[in-house]
Amino acid sequence: MEDILKSYEPVIGLEIHVQLNTASKAYSSDATSYGEEPNSKVSPITLGHPGTLPMLNEGVLESAVKLGVACNCQIREVNEFARKNYFYADLPKGYQITQDKTPICNGGFVEIKDANGADKKINLTRIHMEEDSGKSSHDIDPFNTLIDLNRAGTPLLEIVSEPEFKDGTEAYNYLSEMRKLVRYLDISDGNMEEGSLRCDVNISVKPKGQKEFGTKVEVKNLNSFRNVQKSIDFEIKRQVELIESGGTVTQQTRTFDAGSGKTQVLRAKEDAHDYRYFNEPDLQPVIVKEDYIASVKRNLPALPKELFAKYRKLKLSEYDANLLTESKELASYYEEIIEHTQNYKGAANWIMGSIKSYLNERAASIAEFPLQAKTIAELQILVDAGKVSNSAATGELFKALLEDPEASPSELAQKLNLIQESNEDELMAFVKQALSKYPDKVEAYRNGKKGVQGLFMGEVMKLSKGKADPKVASKLVTQELEK
Amino acid sequence: MKLSKEEVDKLAHLARLDFSEAEKEAIVNDMDKILGFVDKINELDLEGVEPLIYLSEERNVLRKDEAQDLVTKDEALKNAPDRDTDFFRVPKVLKREEE
Repeated sequence: MEDILKSYEPVIGLEIHVQLNTASKAYSSDATSYGEEPNSKVSPITLGHPGTLPMLNEGVLESAVKLGVACNCQIREVNEFARKNYFYADLPKGYQITQDKTPICNGGFVEIKDANGADKKINLTRIHMEEDSGKSSHDIDPFNTLIDLNRAGTPLLEIVSEPEFKDGTEAYNYLSEMRKLVRYLDISDGNMEEGSLRCDVNISVKPKGQKEFGTKVEVKNLNSFRNVQKSIDFEIKRQVELIESGGTVTQQTRTFDAGSGKTQVLRAKEDAHDYRYFNEPDLQPVIVKEDYIASVKRNLPALPKELFAKYRKLKLSEYDANLLTESKELASYYEEIIEHTQNYKGAANWIMGSIKSYLNERAASIAEFPLQAKTIAELQILVDAGKVSNSAATGELFKALLEDPEASPSELAQKLNLIQESNEDELMAFVKQALSKYPDKVEAYRNGKKGVQGLFMGEVMKLSKGKADPKVASKLVTQELEK
Repeated sequence: MKLSKEEVDKLAHLARLDFSEAEKEAIVNDMDKILGFVDKINELDLEGVEPLIYLSEERNVLRKDEAQDLVTKDEALKNAPDRDTDFFRVPKVLKREEE
């Protein structure tokens, strides 16, 4: 791959379709629910019956503006809709209502990491509102195609990037970032396996330095981030090898076969489609005013990028900050812990350590974690006050709390006899007792055999029945021995 | 401006309509008249005149995002030329057209 990239330059652009999580469809009020009985969530508008009139769902507009603001786009003031005409059974109207010349979001960018981990900006061309089609099943009935229109009319945002990706890794990182974003904004569940986030790739290669783009190939039917990445890397190699061996790349739509890791021709490019776009006369223009944009901006949740910066400021490592902002739920949980304790690193350690391993063992998400964030904060506070040792807190006490999530950590620690003795007067009595038991060892210490300190610590722990705060006890033992 | 037979064929195909030769003949004539009328309008000075797209002056006609059950599955399927208990049935489409 590296050799190829010495003499060739790939040009890669992504087109993402994000299915919005609104309750109702884009232009009609039938529900958008997933996994329902076929053709049970439809309406006369979705079915394309004559005389029906679409009306825009305000939730779709808000989602589009949210994403636009989060991606630093220009939000268009006068938005119109267009009909994209084509005949296919999964779209009964005979046209898709989309935005053609007036996409709601223009420009903007998303920040990602490149293959070497350096920061990179991916510029966006546009984001526009449109609707999904129904679902066709070709393999249930041997003689017919079966149509389920539940999905028809479900709102989509189409996000078109500039062709600025250098390789599959950048595309992968961009998709992860975009999914994170739509989930933080709570406008889509961003689930690629279930089709609520879909991605088409446009890719061509050209000799390095050449201005004109090569012939582009479109890759469709990509159902995971990994497959997007693999298909891009495969295509770069395929196209360069084709050119190197004297062939020419032809304009095609290809599909990725995950089994073989190769792309295959889906269809050669037929005549360019004539969609005959024209204004949708049934939908009045939507005017997006500055004050509307401002109110959306005000109500925007903290975005991963902002939280990442905040956590770095709280002195968390880049690794920790990345992991905590991986999902909105995890970040919110962390935010809640640090409402109650200022030990930011300690709070992060709880999540990265005990909580993560609990979740990993059960393949669960943070939403399913039984303990409240406040309880974790209380545990951290107990440790910081020296009342419970860190190992007791993450071990026995944590386990006991999982059994009884509503219990108070400090009461439970009492009950389990985990409260350590950090009162210096009380501890001093044990220290003195220990020293008087072995006068010869005290002598040895004072003659330079510092190793015997461990013996006295062991004795103090024994005398305190294991409840001495080791830090305080150790300090006192040294202090007495040095006398 | 005269519309050619080929153009009529192309438009008919895009609209998934099928015409006999005689009908095509008639369409060419009709379209000719329509286009003539458009040419006539084009003689006017329309500089600065916005095209009329929307018959209503209303803007921002939005709907609250609330879901409603509007028709049942049986009602939805009722008028379909072909169906089974759950699905609309259409002729097998082997090659998926561009979305």
